[in-house]
Amino acid sequence: MAVVTYREALNRALTEEMERDERVFVIGEEVGEYDGAYKVSKGLLDRFGEWRVRDTPIAENGFAGLGVGAAVAGLRPVVEFMTWNFALLAYDAIVNSAAKFYYMSGGQYNVPIVFRGPGGSALQLAAQHSQVPDPWYANIPGLKVCTPATPADALGLLKTAIRDDDPVVFIEGELLYNVKGEVPEEEHFVPLGVADVKRSGEDITIVAHSKMVHVAMQAAERAATELEVEAEVVDLRSLRPLDADTVVASVRKTNRAVVVEEGWPVAGIGAQIVDDIQREAFDDLDAPIARVSGLDVPMHYARSLEKLIVPSPDAVLSAVKHLCYLD
Amino acid sequence: ESYGRVDGCSGGAGGSMHLFDRSVNFLGGHGIVGTHLPVAAGVGYAIKYRKSDQVVLCFFGDSVVNGGPFHEAFNMTAKWELPVVYVVENNSYGMGTDIDRVAAVEQLFTRACAYQGKRAEQVDGQDVMAVYEAVSRAVHRAREEVRPTFIEAVTYRYLGHSMSDPAHGTYRTREEVQRERQNDPINNFLDRLIGAGICTDEEYKELDREIIAEVEQAAEYAESSPAPDRDEIYSHVYSDEYGDLARRDRWR
Repeated sequence: MAVVTYREALNRALTEEMERDERVFVIGEEVGEYDGAYKVSKGLLDRFGEWRVRDTPIAENGFAGLGVGAAVAGLRPVVEFMTWNFALLAYDAIVNSAAKFYYMSGGQYNVPIVFRGPGGSALQLAAQHSQVPDPWYANIPGLKVCTPATPADALGLLKTAIRDDDPVVFIEGELLYNVKGEVPEEEHFVPLGVADVKRSGEDITIVAHSKMVHVAMQAAERAATELEVEAEVVDLRSLRPLDADTVVASVRKTNRAVVVEEGWPVAGIGAQIVDDIQREAFDDLDAPIARVSGLDVPMHYARSLEKLIVPSPDAVLSAVKHLCYLD
Repeated sequence: ESYGRVDGCSGGAGGSMHLFDRSVNFLGGHGIVGTHLPVAAGVGYAIKYRKSDQVVLCFFGDSVVNGGPFHEAFNMTAKWELPVVYVVENNSYGMGTDIDRVAAVEQLFTRACAYQGKRAEQVDGQDVMAVYEAVSRAVHRAREEVRPTFIEAVTYRYLGHSMSDPAHGTYRTREEVQRERQNDPINNFLDRLIGAGICTDEEYKELDREIIAEVEQAAEYAESSPAPDRDEIYSHVYSDEYGDLARRDRWR
């Protein structure tokens, strides 16, 4: 095992897949000469040349649609959005073109493409640069959606996504790029649509994905020391396919669940998780399911309010306490 | 395909807006105005990437030139010199709006003139040979010089925008439509063929009968083709086994 950053893991995935398959190419704003706004594509231009590492104009719908065309013509593009906030301009290319091509052509043209970039809040980037796009894509049949929380999952999921024959929306955590973790030295894959139990526990299940996995883990450690409550943390890893089996199995064991997400509460991923639990494990529940989400407002610029808007370990711990009747 | 039957070219999944036929590299039928222009640029990117001698032909209506995807696609196609021929069929109307009421240029082909390396030209879309020659030049240029071309074919739409849309009414007069019908591209071409002695009136009538019979046969074939079975609902959402789709609604 080597210890690398999330950024380095993503770079390794791109490098390995581009070495392996010359149909794989990277396209997006600043991905070439600048090495990527977050340096994920560092060194790729020198290694693979401009036709495989293409700097684009700032025209998200244009270059995302170009990626879709290249994919149906047999290449395997990895389209980088500098952040997912800007990908709203490409929602048409992703939802109307990428997600529909295979279905509306009656299975004649599949779209092997990855759309990737950072999502979620960082530090004082304000309302237009701090959004959590996850449910906007998880809602769409025809797309697959990944949200890795760790370097190993970032590596394994990105490699799987690039080899997948369908469009994959790959949402990285903007604050996760410097997070370090152990990554296998040998070639590593993580299947799409398979959740991972990041911490075992008997008393309560905390469901989370992406950056919120780290928040959930901190809350779980504190629950153990402060409340003598052993929480199980389920990292969804993919939001589509959504691995309800792992979530339901955990809740059947613990009988309690807190569902955490960074995004907004209304029609969020958490709402779907709650439905999956109540539908398939209603009789196993010893308490109502609690949700902890981002507050229902655009992101505030002031640090004092930004900290309140994003779910914290404190907030998750409060929910755990409440469901265990300890508050 | 328009009947929504399994033998349609998209298996009945697409309808008249989403005709596809991979056997002849027909990449479809896209229902969002302008959304397929960047897609065509991407197919051109793949051709150049693979150093193939293929060419992309991309067709769209006049309303597309006022939207962002047109300019985003044209900029990238021109900058990276992709082998794409864009053909705007300017029939004067975007649904019920005269293009002159919403476009800030008088001639649509001038929209493409901002992009270096691109050839832009206007052609009489009612003249079959003029269109043939313009597209032939453009394809040659795409194949030999690997450069894009923009062709504005000026034509006219006799019928409504869709089946539920009247042929004329608030946005144009019956007289205008009747006048334009006098300049019909097929009839004009036929007059030319007969005038040049290439085709006789009898041969034309025979050809017309054959085509009517073929269309009637096609309609019969469509009507006799089965509608998709309910098992088809989850087909072609994904290209692999994806067991999750039916999990969350068990009430039908």
